[in-house]
Amino acid sequence: MNLTLKIWRQKNAKDKGQMVDYKIGGIEPDMSFLEMLDVLNNELVEKGDDPVAFDHDCREGICGMCSLFINGEAHGPDRGITTCQLHMRKFKDGDTIYIEPFRAKAFPVIKDLVVDRSSFDRIQHAGGFISVNTSGNTQDANNIPIKKHDADRAFDAATCIGCGACVASCKNSSAMLFVSAKVSQFALLPQGRVEATERVLNMVEAMDQEGFGNCTNTGACEVECPKGISLENIARMNREYLAASVK
Amino acid sequence: MALDNKIPQGPIASKWTDYKNHINLINPANKRNIDVIIVGTGLAGGSAAATLAELGYNVKAFCYQDSPRRAHSIAAQGGINAAKNYQGDGDSIYRLFYETVKGGDYRSREANVHRLAEVSVNIIDQCVAQGVPLAREYGGLLDNRSFGGTQVSRTFYAKGQTGQQLLLGAYSAMNRQIGRGKIKMYNRHEMLDVVIVNGKARGIIARNLVTGEIERHSAHAVVIATGGYGNVFFLSTNAMGSNVTAAWKAHKRGAYFANPCYTQIHPTCIPVTGDHQSKLTLMSESLRNDGRIWVPKKLEDAQAIREGKLKATQIAEADRDYYLERRYPSFGNLVPRDVASRAAKERCDAGFGVNATGEAVYLDFASAIDRYGKEQARIHHLDENDAKLVYDLGKKVVENKYGNLFQMYYKIVDEDPYTTPMMIYPAVHYTMGGVWVDYNLMTTIEGCYCLGEANFSDHGANRLGASALMQGLADGYFVLPYTIGDYLSKDIRTGKISTDTPEFEEAENNVRSMIDHLMNNKGEHSVDYFHKKLGKIMWNKVGMARNAQGLTEAMDEIAALREDFYKNVKVSGKAESFNQELEKALRVADFLELGELFAKDALHREESCGGHFREEHQTEEGEAKRDDENFSYVAAWEYKGNPREAILHKESLVYENIKMVTRSYK
Repeated sequence: MNLTLKIWRQKNAKDKGQMVDYKIGGIEPDMSFLEMLDVLNNELVEKGDDPVAFDHDCREGICGMCSLFINGEAHGPDRGITTCQLHMRKFKDGDTIYIEPFRAKAFPVIKDLVVDRSSFDRIQHAGGFISVNTSGNTQDANNIPIKKHDADRAFDAATCIGCGACVASCKNSSAMLFVSAKVSQFALLPQGRVEATERVLNMVEAMDQEGFGNCTNTGACEVECPKGISLENIARMNREYLAASVK
Repeated sequence: MALDNKIPQGPIASKWTDYKNHINLINPANKRNIDVIIVGTGLAGGSAAATLAELGYNVKAFCYQDSPRRAHSIAAQGGINAAKNYQGDGDSIYRLFYETVKGGDYRSREANVHRLAEVSVNIIDQCVAQGVPLAREYGGLLDNRSFGGTQVSRTFYAKGQTGQQLLLGAYSAMNRQIGRGKIKMYNRHEMLDVVIVNGKARGIIARNLVTGEIERHSAHAVVIATGGYGNVFFLSTNAMGSNVTAAWKAHKRGAYFANPCYTQIHPTCIPVTGDHQSKLTLMSESLRNDGRIWVPKKLEDAQAIREGKLKATQIAEADRDYYLERRYPSFGNLVPRDVASRAAKERCDAGFGVNATGEAVYLDFASAIDRYGKEQARIHHLDENDAKLVYDLGKKVVENKYGNLFQMYYKIVDEDPYTTPMMIYPAVHYTMGGVWVDYNLMTTIEGCYCLGEANFSDHGANRLGASALMQGLADGYFVLPYTIGDYLSKDIRTGKISTDTPEFEEAENNVRSMIDHLMNNKGEHSVDYFHKKLGKIMWNKVGMARNAQGLTEAMDEIAALREDFYKNVKVSGKAESFNQELEKALRVADFLELGELFAKDALHREESCGGHFREEHQTEEGEAKRDDENFSYVAAWEYKGNPREAILHKESLVYENIKMVTRSYK
């Protein structure tokens, strides 16, 4: 395959940045999208040019590090996957592909396609945990029976990989899907109920402080989420928040 | 220096308890004056950081990722073992201990493994208390499944994302401490040297990967928990950034490196398709609970499949060779990883491979779908002779158990594994070798500790499934917090460690001159060019099967490649900025040294054991042949300036509680 790539290049957070065109050939359909970028970068390095910076690590769809906005969609044109799971068979010979970073005020660009998502971590610091000592002096795990249905739903919420696609695809750059996934996981488990009130209040406050926008229920986040995190979680977080606010 | 493993005296079942009863403690007020650096924040580093912070120490934690939540522990799929015996199927601490030592081919340290089995029970309690959503049965109790090398169901799991959930548990425990200010987190930082003052590890030199700044960080102890070095093969199941740098720098500063040649080749990975490939993807071993592994019985069928003229589903039952069930009737598809990997290679080498490259075997779920479907039909009083109904019901059960793995396979290979068998082939997965540590998890550098996959102690020459997560969390939550306390009790009057000393100066200059060399080199090839070449040498000559000639050649080739790297590598961009090429170059430079030591270790070990298979040492049936008389020891290498000049130190492995026998899974 021969392709034209239009890639966002930006030296650092202060630089203005611009789209730059690249031509690339010899791409095979069973390459992953990131392997296609590896080919481009190898060519750039051997020419002495600065390669395109992009985030990636596990390359199997679980670490949540990769983050590209491809042809106007977070993680590109396939559903239910991360960028590293996107394969070139989804494109055609001669295609022009736009590649941009996830854009949101709370995700400043570090370089080219790499953004800083540490705002997500700071929201977790505010309450994304159960306050239990890690000493091992806990009760036997089977002394906390949990309905299979609840455990499964908590698990589904907990599968969020923190990639930020929800933020990138939201017109308000809202982080509600991400935050609600964590709130939901703990809200569904008996261990998490004890400090549920403080958790939801603190995490929502931290989310607002980081400069994420509000949710207007358009559902773009759910559509682009690589792990299928459901909007139900936002509804659950809203209920938790309301209950906590009137306490 | 003589190796002292510091294993406590006394019967094995009470060593750890007695040890804990007699170590020195530090009062909480004094802990506030003690700093600990932890490098790596996966299961081992993350759990250690959280626990030490909770105990009251000041923790500085470092990771190269943008968040601790992304450490590669997150990718572990199948599960975590614990000797809970919830199933009442005969499990016990002793049995987990025994199977781990046997599974490791009698090359692990008894005392460490027993401790691991003891604390395994606490890990599950701990994780459930943290809100880790492990799989449950309908009665609300925890569910278990079984893994290779064992005959009980002791594996706890969260679908196919157990590592993710356990890591997020440790990450949440860290978050609690970061929020309180007890952990200072350094994301996007990489340790490039360890600083030793008066014989003790007192700090590190790190590079801020965003700004390129070189930073000095001091502490009373340094803990390395940076995972394994499988990426020395370029292609592996490790994350792309996984590297040996922190461990290797510690080695160069005096930490012995043990058993580098013990590498686990995992039997169920998605096969390689071409030269462009950057990464291999694992399919969880748990799939072998239900999937049956086979290749065609007839060479001509295999040939026709490779040419695309026949499909797997067209091969009649009688023409399939379920070779694991045939060779190992009692363990069948659940033989340990080293055995399953070699058996796959043997069939493919004999010409029975089933993909275009001839390096793949089938992992088939048809009979599981049928079995579950019929069971569901009976439960719901439906017609168990209705093939379509049975398939649909069975598919649902399989989807429930392994859905995300099947989806992952489909996305990569573009074939539906529900209707056509998966293709799998062995790939480099986990490294059992690593930095040598004593019972306290301390390296041969005083005050420098090493945890999890980065150390060597618990898995011997082969790691059984679902035991990596167990070791990472055991080390971090339950072992290090005790052992490091005993060491640090001598430091309560030391006060802050200054970074303004000649030792820090020297280490920083060391790092700077390496970076300057790489940045100013006028070479012509990218870092990946060298890394791929190294990987090819490693896989072809130091891979699943090794012989003296290949290993000798590999050592020379790696040394030559290393020389070429320093002459011809090209790193673009600037050092004082975000520069991923420079990050890779620094890591590959270390792989180019480790690779040679790896081959040297494999060459000296004139036996086959676990993941280390020397072609010269096999039984008539092609099984690994150990030499307990001459090689029942840990090979701990001391750095002497060049990998091939490393000096061998031996730690004898004494088995007082388990009789060494030939491993058999027949």
